[in-house]
Amino acid sequence: MQPLTRVEGRAIPLGLKNVDTDIIIPAKWLKTISREGLGAGAFEALRAEPGNVIDDPAYAGANVLIAGDNFGCGSSREHAAWALGDLGLRVVIAPSFSDIFSGNAVKNGILPVVLPQDAVDRLLEVAREGQPITVDLESQTVTTPYQDRFTFTIDPFRRECLLGGLDEIGLTLARAEAIGTFETARTAAQPWLMRGTGA
Amino acid sequence: MIRGHHPTPRMMEPIMASRPRTLYEKIWDAHTVETRDDGTAIIYIDRHLVHEVTSPQAFEALRVAGRPVRRPELTLAVPDHNLPTTARVDAAGKAVPIADPESAAQLAALEVNAPAFGIRYIPATAREQGIVHVVGPEQGFSLPGTTIVCGDSHTACHGGLGALAFGIGTSEVEHVLATQTLLLQQSKPMEVRVEGDLGPGVSAKDLILHIIGQIGAAGGSGYVIEYRGRVFEQMTVEERLTVCNMSIEAGARAGLIAPDDVTFAYLKGRPMAPQGAEWEAAVAYWRTLHSDDGAIFAKSVVIDAAAIEPSVTWGTSPEDVVAIGGRVPSPADFADESKRVAVQKSLDYMGLTPGTAMTDVPIENVFIGSCTNSRIEDLRAAAAVLKGRHKADNVRWAIVVPGSGLVKAQAEDEGLDKVFIEAGFEWREPGCSACLGMNPDKVPPGERCASTSNRNFVGRQGPGARTHLVSPAMAAAAAVTGRLTDARELA
Ligand code: SF4
Repeated sequence: MQPLTRVEGRAIPLGLKNVDTDIIIPAKWLKTISREGLGAGAFEALRAEPGNVIDDPAYAGANVLIAGDNFGCGSSREHAAWALGDLGLRVVIAPSFSDIFSGNAVKNGILPVVLPQDAVDRLLEVAREGQPITVDLESQTVTTPYQDRFTFTIDPFRRECLLGGLDEIGLTLARAEAIGTFETARTAAQPWLMRGTGA
Repeated sequence: MIRGHHPTPRMMEPIMASRPRTLYEKIWDAHTVETRDDGTAIIYIDRHLVHEVTSPQAFEALRVAGRPVRRPELTLAVPDHNLPTTARVDAAGKAVPIADPESAAQLAALEVNAPAFGIRYIPATAREQGIVHVVGPEQGFSLPGTTIVCGDSHTACHGGLGALAFGIGTSEVEHVLATQTLLLQQSKPMEVRVEGDLGPGVSAKDLILHIIGQIGAAGGSGYVIEYRGRVFEQMTVEERLTVCNMSIEAGARAGLIAPDDVTFAYLKGRPMAPQGAEWEAAVAYWRTLHSDDGAIFAKSVVIDAAAIEPSVTWGTSPEDVVAIGGRVPSPADFADESKRVAVQKSLDYMGLTPGTAMTDVPIENVFIGSCTNSRIEDLRAAAAVLKGRHKADNVRWAIVVPGSGLVKAQAEDEGLDKVFIEAGFEWREPGCSACLGMNPDKVPPGERCASTSNRNFVGRQGPGARTHLVSPAMAAAAAVTGRLTDARELA
């Protein structure tokens, strides 16, 4: 995974609430067996509307997306994170995120930043003026050229994974012994739990 | 950095005078391998369901990294999302090829990946095939007190058996395959307490739609919901699965109902459930799985069951719920400015005018199916309304998609297939179908569908499709009258 420390650039002022993963990437794009190329299907229905913010040349090359409450709700499809990444986005700022989406985002080097609604409203204004937004994960701040400065909190483990571009599976496999001990104990105590399909 | 736990799982510790715990906390504790100082825990995963859509990239990554599956017997693979629901074998008994090349390739990938990694695979042509969330409980693979995951957000469904079940992304599917664990932050326990009893003709689906309407699509965000109250104790397992299924539509990671004798009776004798002495030991353990008196919930919502009417959605979020006797709301009815904007957008998409009686909304399509409402009881409830009746002329397409081959076979034994066919419905093979419009079963643009599924999102049942979420009986009633209808009037 590509590490993420600081992102500076234009932001797409989407602003909508309850942007579900069917909006981010509709089902017909889920037939792929690869992670690549999903940007083409990102926000498909929204982009069919003339003058939509995603394709607005004013926000070309943006790497930040600003949205409303409950971003990424709905399906667990990680295709949503892959599609945003394929559009070149590295940060999504919103007042709240669905739990599954924010986990998926972090695993793909995309930072979900939670800020209160008034801060998000201010950033939407700045973005609409075409001004850049700077997101710094080290200092956990979002700043603008107008001296706005908002701090955000993030789960320390997720922050560490993003900053270091860490492979979570590698981290867990390093604890294989502890997992093995756990399994041995439960195989002895509750063997039926470990049978699964082999019952 | 790592704080080791005592190697013995918590559930084997003697009952100590520890602080009272919620059901969620008990299951969490029993699955904690270790907890890091930052609060992230390695949680052991007992059961993993895999389907064709969210797994190919995970298997490919394992292959590239040269990593095996740690415990293949704890994973079960079934195709469902992308599978056509038309006949799977021809008259000569040969498998019918899948026309769409991308769908065919994705289904073929699962068929190759599962055995290559030693995972039990239920093929599309098997009687046991079905929607993952129908198959898991049906096979006794899903059990109380277990952690169950799947690359699908409606995994919350299995909470109806008292399991901690939740949806995960593809990277997490890969993580579970490689390590049989997940790295997780504990959610907060939330209680939805329903007081009193449901009125006659008010179903589990009406109840959960009403609950989501009350707490909102983000109301459970950051929480695991436990549903409590006499209503749930009186429910069948099928009804409990329907309730827990839609927890994710309230933003919750998972939903839980404490297991009881109803649960145990449902599971006894299922192919993958424990047998003999192990069954007795399992039941003894399962009886400890309930929230202790005095356990603290971080959030508590109380709902009055008697006030609930059959429910229907009018908008494009599952929180857009109204009683069937109600009317399409106006943006002006909402205090919050951003909600007013969202309501206007929803009404435009849905082609609805504020003030219209819900029972005046015409319906052109009816879908009975999905992991929310495709079990035998759901089909019985719909068939009870349809018996001796026929769909209205303006209902162009009416389709029943049983949740599994076993549900389908049982329904056929009971003659339900004939009731549906005589009423003008198509009787299909099991799968997700029009719930997500990934296979050829889609609702045409601009047309309405009375659907027993769980999501009314923009484009969910096909581009431009307009979904009204309802119970099976209500879907059947809408088919008969050609408009949204209170099923109690046809009882
Ligand atoms: S039936 Fe619908 S909600 Fe259920 S698993 Fe399939 S696509 Fe998901």
